[in-house]
Amino acid sequence: MSESLRLPIRLALLGLVTVIIQAAAVSQISIFGISADLTVLVVMSVGLLAGSIAGSIMGFATGLLVDMVLVQTLGVTSLLFLVIGYWSGRLRELRDPSHGLVPMALGAAATAFAGIGMAVIQFLLGVDAPVSWLLLEQIFIAVLVNTLLALPVYALVRRVIEPALPADPRRRRRRAYTTGGLSPLQRPSQRLGPMTRSGSR
Amino acid sequence: MHSKQVRRRRAVVAALVAIALILLTAYFGESPSSPLHTLQRGIVEVFSPVQEGASKVLTPFKDVANFFSDTFKAKSQVGQLRKQVAKLQAQLSQAQFAASQNVQLRHQVGLDNSVGLAAYKPVASNVISRDPTLWYATVEIDKGSDDGIHRGDPVTADGALVGDITTVDPTVSFVTLITDHTMAVAAQVNDTSGDTGVLVPAVGNPNQLQLQYLPTSAPVQTGQQVVTVGFKSGPLQDLYPPGIPIGQVASVGNSLANNGEVPVTPAADLRHFTIVQVLTAPHAGTARAQTPTGGKTG
Repeated sequence: MSESLRLPIRLALLGLVTVIIQAAAVSQISIFGISADLTVLVVMSVGLLAGSIAGSIMGFATGLLVDMVLVQTLGVTSLLFLVIGYWSGRLRELRDPSHGLVPMALGAAATAFAGIGMAVIQFLLGVDAPVSWLLLEQIFIAVLVNTLLALPVYALVRRVIEPALPADPRRRRRRAYTTGGLSPLQRPSQRLGPMTRSGSR
Repeated sequence: MHSKQVRRRRAVVAALVAIALILLTAYFGESPSSPLHTLQRGIVEVFSPVQEGASKVLTPFKDVANFFSDTFKAKSQVGQLRKQVAKLQAQLSQAQFAASQNVQLRHQVGLDNSVGLAAYKPVASNVISRDPTLWYATVEIDKGSDDGIHRGDPVTADGALVGDITTVDPTVSFVTLITDHTMAVAAQVNDTSGDTGVLVPAVGNPNQLQLQYLPTSAPVQTGQQVVTVGFKSGPLQDLYPPGIPIGQVASVGNSLANNGEVPVTPAADLRHFTIVQVLTAPHAGTARAQTPTGGKTG
């Protein structure tokens, strides 16, 4: 398989499987009266791991698939997920966050954005049914549930797409720090091991 | 190099946003027979066997998760349900007496007696996918036009009306639930005078319905059952057969006296049902549908 096609193929399969599992199973499991939304978390994770372009394309495609499969108004979920994928990717490109809890915080933000964004778009489209404190309460519970699921989903997405990601110098540098290879904070003697006066080890 | 990357990124995002907005605008303004809707139905048709398989494979996981969820919910409902059982037992004896009288009277006036659901040719079907959001109250089921299902057929679950068929393909269909903002059902309260109104989703609560256009002096009480009217007036005929339970009156407050409205709690658990019955011949039994001219039509 061509090197350049590995990532798109993995992302396409990931999106497809996520939407099917979400529609066929996860949406039918009620936790405190709401269902978790894995699609948002997967899009966020892809953005965070693969950057803004991959994140936005993944968001758009996953959203479109959700709208298609669930017979919803086309374009609504695509628009929201596109923004989520793009900004998750931009966060990675601008800040390169390495803290282990970043996916949780970003998962919460992405879920809140999707819930509120959906409400705003539905208002603009003239839908007036579920508008209330109950809606806010349900968005809040959805954010909590998705926050708890964000880390396992992120880990799973990383496992799926990381082998296909292009080599990133920042990632290499970070890995080198953790293995003690290139850290400028270490003295040469610590990096290279014990040396004899004659220069031979 | 860097500016080229920036330009590329912006171009991709701008193109995707533009496509999403074009799709949204085009889809929203189009009729259900338009190319975009047809494409959507085609993709649903392709995906439905996969979803059906996934739904079956993942059933044990769903069952385990729902077991815990239902256990917590059931514990909180025990006291309330015990009171309800006591009340319903008293009502049952009255209802049985009324039913026996009803049978005799039907024979006397020569009306069709087939008001049970079996008369409407129900087709049992499994839910294979469900919308996770509050905004689209739809579920997908694994039966379609090949099984005799038509657009507009009423759908019941847990013995109560849950919605109707809005999209039909040969092997799958989509049910729009009664809590969807597009739905309205002519309904009757089983009170002493059988007041009728129109049941619509309650604004501000996606799990609640609102029975509107009741007489402000209607003798409605909390807990009374709300059923479909199934009216027929000249060429006009209700989509739903008469007498199908929809829910119970949740409370009676000032909104009845002021606006002729009461909140109604759906009888079926709209987020949990997994099996539905589609009534493929909803106008087979029209006993109560033949309302006298000038009568209430809901």
